[in-house]
Amino acid sequence: MNDAIQAETTMIAGAGADQIQAYFARPLDPTPRGGVVLIHHLPGYDQLTKEMARTFAVNGYQAIVPNLYWRDAPDASPDDAAAFVRGQGGIADERLVGDVGAAAAFLRGQPASNGKVGVIGHCSGGRQVVLSACDLPAGTLDAAVDCYGAFVILSGPEGSGMRATSIKDKLANLNAPLLGLFGADDKFPAPAEVAEFEKSLTELGKPYEFHSYEGAGHAFFATDRPSYRPEAAKDGWQRIWDFYGRHLSA
Amino acid sequence: MCTYSTANVPISGSGKGTAGWFPLTAATVYLDHPVDAPAEHTLNIDFRNPDRGAAARVAVELDPAAAREVAEAILAMLDAAPPGLVEPA
Repeated sequence: MNDAIQAETTMIAGAGADQIQAYFARPLDPTPRGGVVLIHHLPGYDQLTKEMARTFAVNGYQAIVPNLYWRDAPDASPDDAAAFVRGQGGIADERLVGDVGAAAAFLRGQPASNGKVGVIGHCSGGRQVVLSACDLPAGTLDAAVDCYGAFVILSGPEGSGMRATSIKDKLANLNAPLLGLFGADDKFPAPAEVAEFEKSLTELGKPYEFHSYEGAGHAFFATDRPSYRPEAAKDGWQRIWDFYGRHLSA
Repeated sequence: MCTYSTANVPISGSGKGTAGWFPLTAATVYLDHPVDAPAEHTLNIDFRNPDRGAAARVAVELDPAAAREVAEAILAMLDAAPPGLVEPA
């Protein structure tokens, strides 16, 4: 068995066929396999997100992280690019959705693709996962993982200076099974918002599974932050492997 | 939590970044996750000049209590300035 992986920065066609930077990690074994689009969080196209891409590759998935800030701040360091984009109020939902769809197409175009593609995002990326699974055509995404995404049900604070409006009205269009992983101590999303999210999905008959972890708040997967909660993160990763194992197998 | 809350303040002045001094035109102020400081949340300020690109930035990530002390020191210093030295707000 060849367990080698390759990971590198490349360029892909994003929304509107714009060339954008992306980080692509995949196993070298040519066995057909599923793909995963990683949506980086508000702080940008950073080392931890790239490390997650390598983790997906090690576990048998082709993974890509589109640099969502490339057009705004090409060649800038991830923190400078994130600060620049924050100063502009964030990125437009339409462009984000287009970039996720284009990244999914890139993965399906790989010789070792089995035709299945999932998406995962943390924090702001969690909301963008749900948004993408609602706005992209059915069949684009086969499984979606939202890790503590806020402002799915509630809009961002008034006058927050950032674009993050409720996407509750879009949930009827959700066209991929959804795994949600949340911290019970989180404020954004607070347990009440998660409960309302779950209620909406139940009423709409959408396939989903949610897990909330006691003793964990926001960003419990982030190994580089004090918010890291190893027990929640380890269980969360197991949930992800199980979920993608069921939905991204050929 | 990610707060998203962000104040954008037009400013004038100068800042010293990795490429030396440059004119500042904007300050972005937010309480959110830091990139580097060992804390879950910090008061972050990016002193910027967007026209010069994303790297034209002087960034600080302050412990919230320290940020308040700095803010109060700034206001006290301005309030105590001799008459005529500072334009009225």
